[in-house]
Amino acid sequence: MKSAPASARFGLIVVAGYGALAVLAPILAPYGETQIVGLEFADWSAQHWLGTDDLGRDVLSRLLYGARNTIGIAVLTTAIAALIGGVAGLVAGSLRGWVDQVLGRLVDVLMAVPSLILTLLMLAIFGTSVVSMILIIALIESTRIFRLARALAMGIGLFDYVTTARLRGEGLAWIVFREILPNASAPLIAEFGLRFSFVFLFIATLSFLGLGIQPPTADWGSMVRDNATLIAYGQMAPLLPAAAIALLTVAVNFIVDWLVHQSSGLAD
Amino acid sequence: MGRPLLTIRGLTMHTGAQAGRTEILRGIDLELQRGTILGLVGESGSGKSTLGLASMGYAREGLQFASGVILFDGIDLIRASERERRSLRGARIAYVAQSAAASFNPARRLFDQSIEVAVGAGHVRRRDAIGQLIELYARLQLPDPGTLALRYPHRVSGGQLQRAMTAMAMLPRPDLIVFDEPTTALDVTTQIEVLSAIREVVAASQTAAIYISHDLALVAQMADRIMVLRRGQVVEEADTRQLLHAPRESYTRSIWAANDFRAAPKPIPDAQATPLLQATRVGAWYGRTPVLRDVSLTVYAGRTLAVVGESGSGKSTLAKVIAGLLVPGAGTLEFAGCCLKGGFRRRTREQLCRIQLISQSPDAALNPRQRVRDSIGRPLTFYHGLKGAARERRVRQLLTELELDPDRYAARFPGELSGGQKQRVCIARALAAEPALVICDEVTSGLDQIVAQDTLKLLDRLQRERDLAYIFITHDLAIVRAIADDVIVMKNGSIARSGHRDDVLSPPYDPYTESLLSSIPEMDPDWLDRVLERRRGVH
Repeated sequence: MKSAPASARFGLIVVAGYGALAVLAPILAPYGETQIVGLEFADWSAQHWLGTDDLGRDVLSRLLYGARNTIGIAVLTTAIAALIGGVAGLVAGSLRGWVDQVLGRLVDVLMAVPSLILTLLMLAIFGTSVVSMILIIALIESTRIFRLARALAMGIGLFDYVTTARLRGEGLAWIVFREILPNASAPLIAEFGLRFSFVFLFIATLSFLGLGIQPPTADWGSMVRDNATLIAYGQMAPLLPAAAIALLTVAVNFIVDWLVHQSSGLAD
Repeated sequence: MGRPLLTIRGLTMHTGAQAGRTEILRGIDLELQRGTILGLVGESGSGKSTLGLASMGYAREGLQFASGVILFDGIDLIRASERERRSLRGARIAYVAQSAAASFNPARRLFDQSIEVAVGAGHVRRRDAIGQLIELYARLQLPDPGTLALRYPHRVSGGQLQRAMTAMAMLPRPDLIVFDEPTTALDVTTQIEVLSAIREVVAASQTAAIYISHDLALVAQMADRIMVLRRGQVVEEADTRQLLHAPRESYTRSIWAANDFRAAPKPIPDAQATPLLQATRVGAWYGRTPVLRDVSLTVYAGRTLAVVGESGSGKSTLAKVIAGLLVPGAGTLEFAGCCLKGGFRRRTREQLCRIQLISQSPDAALNPRQRVRDSIGRPLTFYHGLKGAARERRVRQLLTELELDPDRYAARFPGELSGGQKQRVCIARALAAEPALVICDEVTSGLDQIVAQDTLKLLDRLQRERDLAYIFITHDLAIVRAIADDVIVMKNGSIARSGHRDDVLSPPYDPYTESLLSSIPEMDPDWLDRVLERRRGVH
């Protein structure tokens, strides 16, 4: 942390701040998430610091609750994607052979279809619930993590220490989790951060299209959509959740840059 | 004598970090006249490569010039602008790196990258440069120079690449060439060709050179003067002959002694004794290419079988077959009287435990994320079920046996160990399994002479204490002389000669063994001349 460059420190502070806001939303928010507290589109005032939205709900409160929903769902989705893609990739990369072929072709099929179209299609089939959205996005994002994990496992598998472990008669679990994973962790963590940005943006995109997190639950993507017409009147309201999305994405990428740098072992 | 071409006075270099700054070079003085060759000798970490690069005005990443001057033909290289230095490098000062394979751009043809500097500096036109390059190739005795220049680096052998790199360095007619271990990556028979080629071309063009190597015997063939470095300081500098005949410092003498180790001979095994390992008419293929043909060998407990040959002779493939990494296509293997299946997956746990492999590169053989304690402890747990305090006790015992202090080293990661220490940890890990047979694949080739010799002594001691059998894969006949009981000489995938060490390594030789034997550099500045003369006489 002390050796981190200014950009990474900024990123860490922003992410920590978002985390704190998300956790403390019920305490910090002046009003309830779905509570209608005044007229529509009220200006910024002492009662409503950031005004009210199209239904007369407090924008600040919804921003805080939105952090909770959007970030929480994004973290969960990314974690599931990393688990599926990481484990499958490491196993495919260290076993090779038919396991690798089957998993690899499956991933090719998933990656061949543009992810937004695939998601819309699957949401249409399985229905737009938060659970199905998390699982569908996790599955699609896991293909990218699979590719990386597989390549890492194949590269690391060539080292003599992995050969030594195989010659010792070690099982697959030891080879994957004790010999390969610790040496692949740095790039995988960096990938996790990067995937988080994508997942987060993807959820916001789906919400903006009306297929993600459903009203009245607050999330930033749908907040942009609901208040989008206000841009025509020179109002700030739709820009605030958009700015919140942008800031988090930038912050996460700063951290990822730093992590990638650390793991690549370059001097500067 | 006129003004020296290169003068270094009081050169000190240190690592850039403020805290824990270490001096890599301390107060080096050096003078090099035109047309002379200076040899730099020292073990790894002595600062010889750093000094070689410094004489081009270059500080490696993380290093800084602290004090001193480097004068090249009157130009102060430390204070010169980066632009000035760049205009000198390549054109007037050239560098030949240890690994030519890693230094050439794999995506461009040899001639294309070789003439870049000469043409870029504007000395010659492109066509003339190509002509000169081909002429240089011919002088460096490269086969078919015209076609070779058109090849991509991966289609040329290591020895040829090293010569091609020398040609690239010579092309702009530099005043000074720095050779940094140019033959270390080559096997002995190729090394001789490269050495003699380099020496002739350098002598003919009256270029000054700095020749860096950890191998004193090699440097003695090339250099007029030799400087011995240790821990960044000059131990001794003298004329080559004087240094070889009357070294002043005890450290210089200890480099000599490094080649003197001879393991005591062991009794010849009883004819009725069951061999530990018996291979009968083993053959192996990579795809359709045969790499081993009709190889039979016998290893007895407590004895060392050395397998020697040039690179490409199939000796490492043989090690892979015995270790189970390559399934042989023909022949049978027997271990301790039982059938040993090809391919480690089909072997019993007992067999896997009793045959251990120690590989060439200790850097790759230890998991960088496991502490020494865990690397050595794993086979203890895996094969012998040792856990907790019992395991820790055994790890400490093994480390002590390998002359590594357990308090200092047990908790370290491989990155915190030197090459020699890593190789010891690898040996300890192999011993932890309590094997009967240890396959050592070029275990000392990545280590410098003194460390290598210590490792051999250690292996010899462990063998006597535990009645271990070794199969020693090596290209270095000096190692065979030091440690082997029985020898197999391999050529093109089959056995050229086999027998007891004294039978194989004493006359009359077959021509192949003779050429391998005579390629080992001796501590005599006239050795290369004699060998070349003899070979010319033969042809």
